[in-house]
Amino acid sequence: MLKRRIIGALIGAGALVGATSAAYADEPYIPLISKGFQHQFWQAVKSGAEQAAKEQKARITFEGPETEAMVDKQIDMLSAALAKKPQAIGIAALDSKAAVPLLKRAQNQKIPVIAFDSGVDSDIPLTTCATDNLAAAALAADKMAEAIGNAGEVGVIVHDQTSRTGIDRRDGFLNQMKSKHPNIKIVSVQYGGGDHLKSAEIAKAMIQANPNIKGIFGANEGSAAGAAIGIKESGKKLVLIGYDSGKEQKEDIMSGLMAGAITQNPVGIGRCVVDSAMKALKGEKLPKKVDTGFYWYDKSNMNDPKIAAVLYD
Amino acid sequence: MTQPTDTAPLTNERRIGGLRARVFSPTALQKLLAFASLILLLAFFSFASPAFMQMDNILGILQATAVNGVLAIAATFVIITGGIDLSVGTLMTFTAVICGVFLTYWHLPMWIGVIAAIVTGAICGTISGTLTAKMKIPPFIATLGMMMLLKGLSLVVASDKPIYFTDTENFYMISQDSLIGYFLPSVPIPNAVLILFFLAIASAITLNRTALGRYTFALGSNEEAVRLSGVNVDRWKIAIYGLGGAICGIAGLLIASRLNSAQPALGQGYELDAIAAVVIGGTSLSGGSGTILGTIIGAFIMSVLTNGLRIMSVAQEWQIVVTGLIIILAVYADILRRKKGGA
Repeated sequence: MLKRRIIGALIGAGALVGATSAAYADEPYIPLISKGFQHQFWQAVKSGAEQAAKEQKARITFEGPETEAMVDKQIDMLSAALAKKPQAIGIAALDSKAAVPLLKRAQNQKIPVIAFDSGVDSDIPLTTCATDNLAAAALAADKMAEAIGNAGEVGVIVHDQTSRTGIDRRDGFLNQMKSKHPNIKIVSVQYGGGDHLKSAEIAKAMIQANPNIKGIFGANEGSAAGAAIGIKESGKKLVLIGYDSGKEQKEDIMSGLMAGAITQNPVGIGRCVVDSAMKALKGEKLPKKVDTGFYWYDKSNMNDPKIAAVLYD
Repeated sequence: MTQPTDTAPLTNERRIGGLRARVFSPTALQKLLAFASLILLLAFFSFASPAFMQMDNILGILQATAVNGVLAIAATFVIITGGIDLSVGTLMTFTAVICGVFLTYWHLPMWIGVIAAIVTGAICGTISGTLTAKMKIPPFIATLGMMMLLKGLSLVVASDKPIYFTDTENFYMISQDSLIGYFLPSVPIPNAVLILFFLAIASAITLNRTALGRYTFALGSNEEAVRLSGVNVDRWKIAIYGLGGAICGIAGLLIASRLNSAQPALGQGYELDAIAAVVIGGTSLSGGSGTILGTIIGAFIMSVLTNGLRIMSVAQEWQIVVTGLIIILAVYADILRRKKGGA
């Protein structure tokens, strides 16, 4: 009896989904395989892609693995997306090499591939829509130097040590300090997995271990918002510089807990993927790389319409 | 793989019972139920989307099952003893990293890397077993500790970076090439699946036809009774955890070969997928009963479900909800069966 009920429910659900997907049949289908879906950053990329898809009459889906370490799960997602015979495909590869065999298959099937957020070691993607993370983190380093008077101890909290964005933001920040601000000493680089709680604990421990610390750089949304919690709990006053946006970071900047942050243009990244895919389908030639840009924002320019447009809650 | 595997020794009565007893024995019923669910899922997804029953997609599902299937086999052994192994995911990663060290850092021949991965797995499993058996640390805690320890060690050994196997030209073939494809070019089933299949047969034989298998069930049913009958319980338990570890080493090779790299940050969370497959397959978490076939079916149910929901473009948040529901449903079905069976 249980089984009969399950069968009934399944068929019902199947009919429902079958009906909804049939309605879109004429529009080109562009699946976007992202690095994640839970973070507000990815939700902003998704909303950008959705806006562009609506304007250009395309149908998109957006998915990514639960953590940025799950390289194999992302490959499974790419494989399933290809099985749906899409007209084009967008990918933010977790590993620059692992996805290449499947991308070759896409190329053989004449499916245009658009990379976003970070590139792949291959010339298959027609273009890459991404932020120049090295340059963006260097700007964060300059702002940090400015805020602490060009000398003193600084700590860095990064989301992870293996992803391209983690590596680039860390190195962009460290290299800029080394070459341009030699009086600033980096006392600690720690990894919190982009997790708020872990990053908060790391920040507290950093402050505990380095009583003279003047500033902390949090390299993504979770690292920065977490560091803010840690600094608040420790009761110390120091310069915190963040990355990306999100409701917490925006509030921390308004309250003065955070000096400011670098924002990428996630909505622009999402738009760029769909726009590029549609152009490719029309046979237009694409540039090898599209820099979707980054901005410094703080209390003074947060409500500037140009900045407000790329921030997200 | 097809024999019923009960803890009770094969009595005359049961031998005579033949086919009837086999089909209607509780484990056979459970297998039937899991198998029926799998068929139902396959039928449902084929009906819901024409893209599902395509060769490319089927191969994708098979490839996606291989690693979780192997990990689930490792977990099955330990779970049948009444224990649990939370370290299977990160142990897999650690063995992959060690293999990377042997092949990419030290430029040793491929077969040494393969052996290194499996031996490393066996050693780590043996350590987990010793922690549980000799030092009396509950398996949940001992393997939780190992899970974290190995996760950290993987990152340390690999210096936080993926180790690529680009210098070992044929390494990708372990998972990605297709031996079957040479004979039947139209069904290029990847080697990873072939390895899963052979490992499943070997494991089923071990579980049902060897002393190690008998003690696996006996420990899960009544460890004290086994101890009182003069058996060196600790030794067998350590051996079983060691075997589970070696199997994790095989999973490490499969995932490393598939990604052509050892990804040191990966692995956490994979133990839960493996345990879910084991449980869906009808193995009881309280130990004493379970089958490899059930576990394999469980692993396929998980990957078919994930793939099918993706093919149907179900929103990702809902995919997770549905997977959770299926696990609860599967275990509830198992409980109902136990009530009816009076066991």
